[in-house]
Amino acid sequence: MSDIKILHNISTQVRRDILRMVHKVNSGHPGGSLGCVEFFVSLYFSVMKTKIPFSMNGKNEDVFFLSNGHISPVFYSVLARKGYFPLEELNTFRLINSRLQGHPTTHEGLPGIRVASGSLGQGLSVAIGSALTKKLNNDPKTVFVLLGDGELQEGQNWEALMYAAGKGVDNIIATIDLNGKQIDGSTNEVLPMGDIDQKLKAFGWEVLAVKEGNNIEKIIEALKLAKDKLGQKKPIAILLHTEMGNGVDFMMHTHAWHGKAPNDEQLKDALAQNKETLGDY
Amino acid sequence: MKQYTNQGSNDTRSGFGDGLTELGRTNPNVVALCADLIGSLKMQNFIDENPERFFQIGIAEANMIGIAAGLTIGGKIPFTGTFANFSTGRVYDQIRQSIAYSGKNVKICASHAGVTLGEDGATHQILEDIGMMKMLPGMTVINPCDYNQTKAATLAIADFNGPVYLRFGRPKVPNFTTPEIGFEVGKGILLNPGTDVTIIATGHLVWEALKASEELERKAIYAEVINIHTIKPLDEDIILKSVQKTGCLVCAEEHNYLGGMGESIAGLLSLKSPCPIEFVATQDTFGESGTPAQLMSKYGLDKKAIMAKVASVLKRK
Repeated sequence: MSDIKILHNISTQVRRDILRMVHKVNSGHPGGSLGCVEFFVSLYFSVMKTKIPFSMNGKNEDVFFLSNGHISPVFYSVLARKGYFPLEELNTFRLINSRLQGHPTTHEGLPGIRVASGSLGQGLSVAIGSALTKKLNNDPKTVFVLLGDGELQEGQNWEALMYAAGKGVDNIIATIDLNGKQIDGSTNEVLPMGDIDQKLKAFGWEVLAVKEGNNIEKIIEALKLAKDKLGQKKPIAILLHTEMGNGVDFMMHTHAWHGKAPNDEQLKDALAQNKETLGDY
Repeated sequence: MKQYTNQGSNDTRSGFGDGLTELGRTNPNVVALCADLIGSLKMQNFIDENPERFFQIGIAEANMIGIAAGLTIGGKIPFTGTFANFSTGRVYDQIRQSIAYSGKNVKICASHAGVTLGEDGATHQILEDIGMMKMLPGMTVINPCDYNQTKAATLAIADFNGPVYLRFGRPKVPNFTTPEIGFEVGKGILLNPGTDVTIIATGHLVWEALKASEELERKAIYAEVINIHTIKPLDEDIILKSVQKTGCLVCAEEHNYLGGMGESIAGLLSLKSPCPIEFVATQDTFGESGTPAQLMSKYGLDKKAIMAKVASVLKRK
């Protein structure tokens, strides 16, 4: 089986995990999670060099931060599939006494998580701090961070963007999930953000774009290109044009599934579109 | 009664700056961040000696808190520096999520706390910060009383694992604690034993409490003076032991009575050893421009105010 085929199989299974997790507790955020499946799978199963068992300090390994913490279902599924914690634990998502909180946290000690996120706009700053420590430690590995596009409405991001470029933090790759949607509607309806590409460039970032943000080959190509551009006194951003709800026809092309779980019928339909590949948890 | 003498007035923020300088020499994991207030926070020596371990963030406190949280990943011990107002209220959610909830070993070092910031006025004089910070699960809150204690606290928190809020001030104030007194996070200090009333003070009010106790002694009122530098976790033993002896208490702090040290102590005593209590603190108000001494007097935060509250509490015994 080709490497890409393997990644496709993982992606399909991760989609099933997401759908089943949010359906079981009738809560959570399937839309953005499904939109970022290919990105997470590419990152964890192809691009990043990480170590298991997990260590908080992440020395001499690539590290990842999720700023838009509400897409925890895709994060949890990929971490479990990668082997950070037992797959069965996905059964506990959002339940009482679980390590899989609604939004990711270090508080319950879930391996793979290095900072709590959920209150938006904080992850890029934390990732920059981690990148600075890597430099102090002469650690050549890379810091990756994912942000939502709606999240860019939080002002702290622009403080962080200004800092990283102004101070030449060049061991960080920030991906922005450009699905154009947020809770109350499209990002253009809620608060038009103008030309994000031009804004990031004006702030001094090197900006790459992936027009097909759900295409694994294109994502890997962009992440590899981004890695090649590290170490040149500029932080790297990737604008990842994704489709919210990707892989489930009735969840695509709408913001309706940002924070809504499918009912029994809808789950059946969605799972039929994503056949089991690696075995359900 | 032990006499405490002013060894030469100095600002508590210089105690922080000198402590940080020492840490720069002794602890390679200590890093420092500042949001455009290097001079005010007395961080220049650390920067001169360790330029690679200092991060000038600019006027962007939220980003500073986030970067500090990230710096801990890989083993650094970040000390952030800005005014108390911008160290807390401005960045409360960043501290809550990225530091406290995430359990990050960040030291939030906050100068210019309280009304003694002076002429800049109420926009900069925070009187609510102890309350905000003590409410955060896992946050340690320390408010040292003079230069020596602030320096000792700065050194101590580097070896203390967990998030800490270190609160200090702007003006030069008497420097009277001695090395023999020592500094241990979470341990109160019995400065003077007494039998009639307990005075528990933190920060700039500790000197005022000592001066008040001297004057009270001349009136044959023997006050036990305790310095609580660590407001959270509170040293319950030293407080309970004292009030069980004296039977009444005055709490003194440069902070709103709501949310301050006095409130924590009142909560403790209401559960374990109820007794009459009076608060020397601001009365749910903002500050204003003025000199530190004028403001301490106007807002009832000095020796005179402590003596008046002692008189009140003794009547309630």
